[in-house]
Amino acid sequence: MIGERPNEMRTPMRRVRGLGAAHAGTKDFWHQRVTAVAGIPLTIAAIIIVVALMGRSHAAVVQILGSPIVAIIMLLFIINTAYHMWIGMQEIILDYVHEDKFKLATLMANTFFCFAVAFVSAFAILKLSFGV
Amino acid sequence: MAELEAGATKGPQRPRPISPHLQIYRPMLTMMMSIVHRITGAALYFGMLLLAWWLIAAASGPNAYANVEWFMGSLIGRVVLFGYTWALLHHTLGGIRHLIWDTLHGLEPAEREMLTLATLVGSISLTLVIWVVGYMVMGGPR
Repeated sequence: MIGERPNEMRTPMRRVRGLGAAHAGTKDFWHQRVTAVAGIPLTIAAIIIVVALMGRSHAAVVQILGSPIVAIIMLLFIINTAYHMWIGMQEIILDYVHEDKFKLATLMANTFFCFAVAFVSAFAILKLSFGV
Repeated sequence: MAELEAGATKGPQRPRPISPHLQIYRPMLTMMMSIVHRITGAALYFGMLLLAWWLIAAASGPNAYANVEWFMGSLIGRVVLFGYTWALLHHTLGGIRHLIWDTLHGLEPAEREMLTLATLVGSISLTLVIWVVGYMVMGGPR
């Protein structure tokens, strides 16, 4: 038991909360792995879809991208990837950007970028799917 | 206590000890691929703009889609797409390697070298396979 070590500095409450020095726990670490595992089949599927659509006419691309299975796979790929890259870029920013104002600005820009990429891509697929 | 106070007042003038950084270590494959994993991740981050552009163009209509096709078919477009393919595969395979390491497997010296080399060889070969198949079956980006 960790708590029984004589040199244990953390209080029991600290250990129960499990937040560590960053006060954020291991949520991002864990979510990065969950999205990484989900990303393996989704990336393979997305590569196959994109390669299969290369060189086809616009009408064919619209029809295939809008079909339910393809649209669902692409939506999952985009949402999963956007979250994965949001965590990843946040980690890069926290490693290299130390000045508070700049750090907050880049963290915010990261969120905007990932959200925008996900929203634009998802909107396009939904529009193709519902054929509006 | 006196030393502490003296140290505290002199602190800001004295250069702080810093931990050794990358340049003092002998470059090793695992270390280089760790850096490449981060670089490919950052590149893919911005590369997602290409996917978003492609999708929104397809949703917008034939004219917008023709613009994307023109870019993807240009020399620069093909180079970017080729790099994108490799970065995506390398980051994916590197990610699988990290997931294996997360389970505390493959961390022995020979194993980790082998896994690291495998991601590099695998990503390059798969990129070539995808492009050869892409051109043979689909005609590639044009």
